[in-house]
Amino acid sequence: MARMKFLCDADRCIECQACVTACKNEHEVPWGINRRRVVTINDGLPGERSVSMACMHCDDAPCAAVCPVDCFYTTADAVVLHNKDTCIGCGYCSYACPFGAPQFPRTANFGTRGKMDKCTYCSGGPEADMSHAEYVKYGSNRLAEGKLPLCAEMCSTKSLLAGDGEIIAEIYRERVVTRGYGSGAWGWRTAYGETVTV
Amino acid sequence: MTRTLLSRLAAAFAVVALAALLAPMYAEAQVNPTQSSVNEDAMFQALGTSGTVSGRVTIPDQASGNLIVPDNKAWAVLQGQTLHTLSIVAVVGMVVLLALFYMIRGKIRIDGGPSGRRILRFNAVERFAHWTLASTFIILALTGLNLIIGKSVILPIVGESAFGTLSAWGKVAHNFLAWPFMASLVLIFLLWVIHNVPNRLDWQWIKAGGGILKKGVHPPARKFNAGQKLIFWSVIIGGALLSWTGIMLLFPGEVATAADWQFYQVIHALVAAALSALVIAHIYIGSVGMEGAFDAMGSGEVDENWAKEHHSLWVEEVKSTQARNTAQVQTPAE
Repeated sequence: MARMKFLCDADRCIECQACVTACKNEHEVPWGINRRRVVTINDGLPGERSVSMACMHCDDAPCAAVCPVDCFYTTADAVVLHNKDTCIGCGYCSYACPFGAPQFPRTANFGTRGKMDKCTYCSGGPEADMSHAEYVKYGSNRLAEGKLPLCAEMCSTKSLLAGDGEIIAEIYRERVVTRGYGSGAWGWRTAYGETVTV
Repeated sequence: MTRTLLSRLAAAFAVVALAALLAPMYAEAQVNPTQSSVNEDAMFQALGTSGTVSGRVTIPDQASGNLIVPDNKAWAVLQGQTLHTLSIVAVVGMVVLLALFYMIRGKIRIDGGPSGRRILRFNAVERFAHWTLASTFIILALTGLNLIIGKSVILPIVGESAFGTLSAWGKVAHNFLAWPFMASLVLIFLLWVIHNVPNRLDWQWIKAGGGILKKGVHPPARKFNAGQKLIFWSVIIGGALLSWTGIMLLFPGEVATAADWQFYQVIHALVAAALSALVIAHIYIGSVGMEGAFDAMGSGEVDENWAKEHHSLWVEEVKSTQARNTAQVQTPAE
């Protein structure tokens, strides 16, 4: 099985926010929730770079380690998913996540956290693939349709890559060798313990 | 005229030559992407081992400007492993210790046997405050403990779906019962602080081991002995810490940063584990551990012989007050 990963080539990202918009539209993500966001480092300074960030689907995911109800699970594609029926909205995962992935709607009493929502790598949740129940809770399941996550698929500069970790790392490595520079596979060291070496 | 023209030409040539010399240097500084590129590795090196890479975002949630916070993984290890183990050790360890103590020492009996005469030890207000604090604490402790060790203790038994529902209700109970807990904590403090000021008697009580370890040893004590004072101050200080950190955890918007929240969570869990262990010992000595002790908080009236053995000075105070009151009632005003 493939080990699915995201890789944002920050030297190509033009901060167009299309990945953010595509994600929101594809999964009908409610207001105030961002499964994906673009962060601009050194904004307005020499060396400014933008990085598109979502759940990195870590090895030994810290969110899963702290979840009091054990609602996280890792799929055969190494995608980290969670069960919203079990989630109690405690927020622990958001404090454990190094990437700010877990999001909470303010739907419970006194505007407190509802059930957690995060990037599913466009692969739904524990419900039956492509069912209505799955779509309502987690959004569409593109992986079950044989497609990759929409954010990466529609990226105009092919900055955001999604797919098997080894394949996208090889694509990135070739790019760095060809153009002579690269700012690194952002988040890989933190999520997987090792980064892409060129 | 010719000279000036020549000198002007020479000057112009010099400027062009200088520009031609400097041009590659400028061009290099402007377009060399490798030199000015932000590199993740270099960034982490500059930020140190616990650096947070952050930048600007265009969405309202400004906290999402933190791109990578590797430190969060350290908290995940603390919460997922360290606190998990510590909580189990604190609770199970105390139960084992008490079981051993019970097997060796047995139930602490009233040496003189029950006298049949009762003295009021705690009035209705005191008992109400105690039981409000006790019942809310037990539910808070169990639901809190469930958040840390429930997934390895209860989840395998009841299954994920039932455990999720149980924990969701537990979370609601924890968040709402915290308020009566805090109210009764204040009430307990106001009612009993006067009796819990440490004094020289406490030192004697501690030196005598509280009379817990040996039969027939009963160091003198007022309304509260040193052991009870220890429980009182632990509950007051621990409870205050739990209340403060709990309020911080309950309103994450009021906590400055995520790192602050993590700090409060660790303090909350550590104090809760320590206080739970202490309260288990308190429950033990107030129920199965000592004959006649439960009555103090049950009916509020204790046996006179029990009182004489454990709170000799307090009994004398009560008796002298009673005698004075009776004398006043019996002697007509002159």
